[in-house]
Amino acid sequence: MRKTPLHRNHTALGAKMGEFAGYDMPLYYKEGVIKEHEWVRSRAGLFDVSHMGQVILTGPEEEIIEFWERMTPSGFAKLGDGAAKYTVLTGPKGGMIDDLIVTRIWRDKFFAVLNAGRKDVDIEWLRKHLPESVTLDYSETEALLALQGQDAEKVMRETFGLDLGDMNYMSGKYFDLDKIPALVSRLGYTGEDGFEISISAQVAPHIWDVLMKHPDVMPIGLAARDSLRLEMGYPLYGHDIDETTSPAEANLSWILRDKSGPKPERLRVGVKLLDKGVAREGAEIRNEVGEKIGSLTSGGFSPSLKESIGMGYIETPMSAPGTKIFVHVRGRDIPAEVVAMPFLPARTKMKKQRAA
Amino acid sequence: MAGLKYTNDHECVKVEGDVAWVGITRYAQEALGDLVYVELPAIGKKVKKGEYFAVVESVKTAAEVYSPVDGEVVEANDNMPNDLESIKSPVGEKGWIAKIKISDPAQLANLMDEAAYKKYIESL
Repeated sequence: MRKTPLHRNHTALGAKMGEFAGYDMPLYYKEGVIKEHEWVRSRAGLFDVSHMGQVILTGPEEEIIEFWERMTPSGFAKLGDGAAKYTVLTGPKGGMIDDLIVTRIWRDKFFAVLNAGRKDVDIEWLRKHLPESVTLDYSETEALLALQGQDAEKVMRETFGLDLGDMNYMSGKYFDLDKIPALVSRLGYTGEDGFEISISAQVAPHIWDVLMKHPDVMPIGLAARDSLRLEMGYPLYGHDIDETTSPAEANLSWILRDKSGPKPERLRVGVKLLDKGVAREGAEIRNEVGEKIGSLTSGGFSPSLKESIGMGYIETPMSAPGTKIFVHVRGRDIPAEVVAMPFLPARTKMKKQRAA
Repeated sequence: MAGLKYTNDHECVKVEGDVAWVGITRYAQEALGDLVYVELPAIGKKVKKGEYFAVVESVKTAAEVYSPVDGEVVEANDNMPNDLESIKSPVGEKGWIAKIKISDPAQLANLMDEAAYKKYIESL
């Protein structure tokens, strides 16, 4: 199994490790998933996401913009320097090869973060379509840390003397952390304010330890990362979106530069159980006469709401929030309803957001 | 704990007369992590050895709890869903999930004692 540059930091903290996308990753630490989840919602949590793929594209800017517009359904022409954008790679049949965040660091230099389990496929696909004038640099010598929570800005200031108060949400820029250059992006996968820090693998264990010394910081494993993103309704590739789903079906029409397509026959929606129980990925969604109308692609217990939530694809006529449905779990049809996502409001700092 | 029996699937069992009190071991609790729900069986439910009669849900996963013997559920721990921490108590106190009336006492001979179970989890 592969290891990230921070593997020893996790084992030193007593993390419960487990396999994810071929990597031996921390699932949770000593406090457990619920405490970790709640800590991110109230303070600041530190995640190792170095298993994700980090690529840099350089070349003539019009060529890179044209390339991204060919590889994704999103518009890139208006993406300003330092601005980041969530999008997907679409395959020949319109399904999604991966979802990713692309940052235009400056005019002719773009940064993209890919899912760990898809990075090899993505890079092969991107290279196959890459114009000769554009260089794609995939480096495995960079680590990626995420610091997420309302205290993240304060932690960055008190730990590195870095005032990020003016930084926009969905933007990225190079800074020095302890005199070490790092690409710091204000974004994340938790719905909280926070940062992702791309930094050389050699110094990453040191940066991790320095951040861990701050009293507001707790290490957070992949289990809480999953419950945090589920509460935000963020899709997880390979579960909620894949090559058989289109962006419109996945309720990601907002990323499309051309939004004129037909209304899809099914939609990804949020589901909340109205009775006790936990519904997980694969559970059938049924109507009041017991017919299957969809299935859950993610599901679990929400530590913030203390309720069971999930998401899944459902026939479009049944997809309006408030629609009463049932989720089938072990021989029982549990009453549920379609709800709007996110399940609780995101607290990311959207102020001063640039047009993108 | 003295007198307790254990299964390969990490149930722990206290036998009192012809009734088995069934809970899950510390090893199972630690593997599951934070619990969020326990689905209890109906009283009178007939169970076969190795069939599940209850489900313990943690944040990340659902674990079925298997019956150590053939029998019939005579009591379910109604307090447990409201006090999930109680699953960590000894099975003979608050830690039992259900009590199962044993129909074939000979099946108890297949269960491990504490020393054997300890060896078993070390081998995992």
